[in-house]
Amino acid sequence: MVATSFLSQGVTAVAGLLLLSFGSLATSQIEDQAEQFFRSGHTNNWAVLVCTSRFWFNYRHVANTLSVYRSVKRLGIPDSHIVLMLADDMACNPRNPKPATVFSHKNMELNVYGDDVEVDYRSYEVTVENFLRVLTGRIPPSTPRSKRLLSDDRSNILIYMTGHGGNGFLKFQDSEEITNIELADAFEQMWQKRRYNELLFIIDTCQGASMYERFYSPNIMALASSQVGEDSLSHQPDPAIGVHLMDRYTFYVLEFLEEINPASQTNMNDLFQVCPKSLCVSTPGHRTDLFQRDPKNVLITDFFGSVRKVEITTETISLQPDLGIMESSYKEDRMDEDLIEPLKYAEQLPVAQIIHQKPKPKDWHPPGGFILGLWALIIMVFFKTYGIKHMKFIF
Amino acid sequence: MAAAVPLAVLALLLLGPGGWGYAEPLRDSLREELVITPLPSGDVAATFQFRTRWDSDLLQEEVSHYRLFPKALGQLISKYSLRELHLSLTQGFWRTRYWGPPFLQAPSGAELWVWFQDTVTDVDKSWKELSNILSGIFCASLNFIDSSNTVTPTASFKPLGLANGTDHYFLRYAVLPREVVCTENLTPWKKLLPCSSKAGLSVLLKADRLFHTSYHSQAVHIRPVCRNARCTSVSWELRQTLSVVFDAFVTGQGKKDWSLFRMFSRTLTEPCPLASESRVYVDITSSSQDNETLEVNPPPLTTYQDVILGTRKTYAVYDLLDMAVISSSRNLNIQLKWKRPLENGYIHYQPAQDRLQPHLLEMLIQLPANSVSKVSIQFERALLKWTEYTPDPNHGFYVSPSVISALVPSMVAAKPVDWEESPLFSSLFPVSDSSSYFVRLYTEPLLVSLPTPDFSMPYNVICLTCTVVAVCYGSFYNLLTRTFHIEEPSTGGLAKRLANLIRRARGVPPL
Repeated sequence: MVATSFLSQGVTAVAGLLLLSFGSLATSQIEDQAEQFFRSGHTNNWAVLVCTSRFWFNYRHVANTLSVYRSVKRLGIPDSHIVLMLADDMACNPRNPKPATVFSHKNMELNVYGDDVEVDYRSYEVTVENFLRVLTGRIPPSTPRSKRLLSDDRSNILIYMTGHGGNGFLKFQDSEEITNIELADAFEQMWQKRRYNELLFIIDTCQGASMYERFYSPNIMALASSQVGEDSLSHQPDPAIGVHLMDRYTFYVLEFLEEINPASQTNMNDLFQVCPKSLCVSTPGHRTDLFQRDPKNVLITDFFGSVRKVEITTETISLQPDLGIMESSYKEDRMDEDLIEPLKYAEQLPVAQIIHQKPKPKDWHPPGGFILGLWALIIMVFFKTYGIKHMKFIF
Repeated sequence: MAAAVPLAVLALLLLGPGGWGYAEPLRDSLREELVITPLPSGDVAATFQFRTRWDSDLLQEEVSHYRLFPKALGQLISKYSLRELHLSLTQGFWRTRYWGPPFLQAPSGAELWVWFQDTVTDVDKSWKELSNILSGIFCASLNFIDSSNTVTPTASFKPLGLANGTDHYFLRYAVLPREVVCTENLTPWKKLLPCSSKAGLSVLLKADRLFHTSYHSQAVHIRPVCRNARCTSVSWELRQTLSVVFDAFVTGQGKKDWSLFRMFSRTLTEPCPLASESRVYVDITSSSQDNETLEVNPPPLTTYQDVILGTRKTYAVYDLLDMAVISSSRNLNIQLKWKRPLENGYIHYQPAQDRLQPHLLEMLIQLPANSVSKVSIQFERALLKWTEYTPDPNHGFYVSPSVISALVPSMVAAKPVDWEESPLFSSLFPVSDSSSYFVRLYTEPLLVSLPTPDFSMPYNVICLTCTVVAVCYGSFYNLLTRTFHIEEPSTGGLAKRLANLIRRARGVPPL
C-alpha cells in the first residue's frame, strides 16, 4: 500500500516534470514562430543596378552605380546575381585622364571600377525595353545567363537607378523615358509571377520620390534622394578629371555602406537617416507602407548582402575518379592512329582556286507582291483602253 | 585458398587503375609566352599568348571533365558544332608606318568570325545564338550582331586550322566597330586562363596599365590542330592573345628606357604551375645595327634567331621554368636600356604663343649621301578675331620661308684667301675649313588660306534686325501707345493770310 502510494507520487512527479518540459518546449516554439515573423524569409539575393545616362559630363551617374555595385559585391552578392547596366563607358572613355578607373572621391582616393567588374548591359543595350524585360523575365530565349534576373519567390531584390529624372519619369540615354506607372506595373508583374520575396528600390535622380508614388504591389520598400519639386545635387568636382564625381545622396550612402560588414545588425532606419537636408540639400524620402515588416527589423544585409544557406555535415564523402572513360578513350587513341590518313591545314590564299570559282546560282524567289500588282495594273489598263478583243492574240 | 585468390584479384584491381593513372599522358597542356618588341618610334609592344591544347575530340565523345581548357568554351564548341572561332576586341589602331608590321592585327572594335562544321543545318540560327552567348561570356555587346552586319566571305578567311573541305557557306564574319574594350572585357578573358592572373605571366595583366596604351587588342582563337607530326589525329587549340603598345611619352615620360615594372607595375615571380612552357622573348635585333645598342638586363641565358615576317630577328629568351632565371632575387624585372653614342644631333623647339611669338624650330642633322630627307610639321588652322583680318582675306596668309644653312663638302680644296686681294664674290662667307663651303638656302614662302568669315554678315544682321524691330515692334508700340486728340485747325499763319487776300481779290473761296 505504501509502495503503491510512493509509486503514484513518483508517477505524478514524473508526469509533472514531463508537463513542465512540454510547456517550455511549446513556449520556445511560439517564440521561434514570433521571431520568424520579424526575420526575412528569403534564401537568395539579387541586385539590379542601372545607370541611365550617357555622355562624359554624366560621369557621376556611372560612379553612383559602380559604388553601389562595389558595396553589394563586397557584402557577398556574386556577379552571377548582379545585373549591372551602364549606359556609357566612362572608364575607357578617351576623355578619362586615368583609363580603366572611375573615382568616387576627389584626389582619386577610391577607384570604384576596380579590377573585377562585369557589366551585363552596356552602352546601347541599356534601354527601357531591356530593363523591363530583365525585371519581368520576358527575355528572348538566346539571352545568356548573366543577363537574366533568375529570381524566385524567395529572392530579395535590390533595384538601384540613377540618372536624370523629373516628376514621374526617368530619362534613359537622352532618347526615351520610363514613367512611374510603367515601373509600378512592372513590379506588379513581378509580384504576380512570384519573382520576388521583398524588393528594395533606391533612386537617385531629381524629383526621385515621384517614381515610387505609384507602387501598389506588396513587400516593396522605396528610398529616393529628393522629393517632388526638388533637385538632387552633385557632390564634388575633381579638377584633374574635370567633372563632378558623385551625387550627394549616393556619396553619403556609400560612406554609410563602407561601415557595414556581412555580419552587421544595422537596420533600415539607419539608412533612412543617411543624408539629412544639411548635407544633401534635398530631402531624401522613403516609403514603407507596402512593406510588411517594420523597417527597424529589416537588416541592411537583407538586401545589400547575400544569404547563403550552408548545411554543415560531418559524414565523409569519398570521390571516385571516373576510371571507365579514361581507360576506353586511351585505347581508342592507340587504335585510330594507323587507320586515318594525315590531315592538313587549308591554304590561306589559293589564288588559282579563287579566280576560277564558279559563282553560286542564286536561289530563285518568286516575284513579290508589289511586282505582281504592278504588272496586273498595267495589263488591266491596257485591256480597258484597247478592248478585250486583244486577249485572243495573247492567249 | 579460395579467399586468397579474390584477395589477389582485389589487389590487382586496386593497383590497376592506379597504374593507368601514372601511365596516362596529360590530355591538355598550357604554354604561355610574352614577346617584348621595342618599336622604331621609341614605343614598346608587348604581346601575350596563352595556348591551351586539348588532345580530345570534343565533337565525338561526351566530355564531362574539364581541366585546363575552359568549360564555357568547350561546351560552346560541342553545342554549336564549331570548327573555328576567332573573336577579337580592340581599341586603337596599329600604326604600321611607325611601328613596323604586327604579329596579328585586329580591327578596331569587335570582330567575330566562325567556321561551323558541315553537320550544321541552320547556320544563321546557330550564328545568332552563338553571338548572344558570347556577349554574355565576354560582357560585350555582341548581341547586336545580326544579318545586317554579317557577311559570308567567299575568298578570304580560309580556316586557320585543320580543314578537309572549305565550303564558305559555313563561314560567318561580323565586325562591330563601335564596341568599346574595357576592364569588363578583360575580366572574363582572364578568368578563362588556367592560372587566372594569380601566377605566371598573367600576373602582369593589370587593367589600369593595359588600358593606358596606344593600342590594346585581346583575342580568343579556337581551332583544330595536328596532334603530332604525322597529323593523324586532331587536338583543339585555344589561343588567347593580348597585344598592347606602350607609348614612349605617356608611359615612358619621354625616356626610352623600359622595364617590366614601368610597363605593367608588376614583376614576374613564378611560372604558372600548370604550364608546360613559360617564356619571355625580348627582341634584340637592333642591338647590332644603327650604332644603337640595346642593353637587356638581366643578361639572357639563351637567344633565339629566326626569320619572322620576312626579316631575320634575334630574341633574348627568359625561361621562367628554368630555376636559374628567377633564382637570385625571387622576381624577374627585365630592363631594356638604349645606349646611344654621343649625340651628334641638336633640336631646339620653341612653341608659339598666340599673338606674342611664332614657332621656332632648329634642327642640326646629318644628311646621308644619295638620299632624300623630308622634314614635315603638322599644323592646324585657327580662327582669327574679325579685326585681325586684312582687307583682302581671301588672298591668304603667308608663312615665312625656312632656312637651310649647310656645310657642303667641296670636291676641290679651296685655299684661304685674303679678303682685300680677292674679288668680292668669293668673300661673302668666311671660309675656315678648306674642305667644305658654307651655303645658306631658303625655301619658298607658304601661302595658307584660312577660313574666312563672311564680313557682310554683321551689316546684314543689323539691317534685318532693325527692319523687323521697326516694322513689328514699332507698329505695335505705336498702336498701343498712340493717343488721338482732336485738333482745332489753326487760324493760319502769315502766308495763309496773304494767300487769302489774293484769293479774295481773285473771287475764289478762301483757304
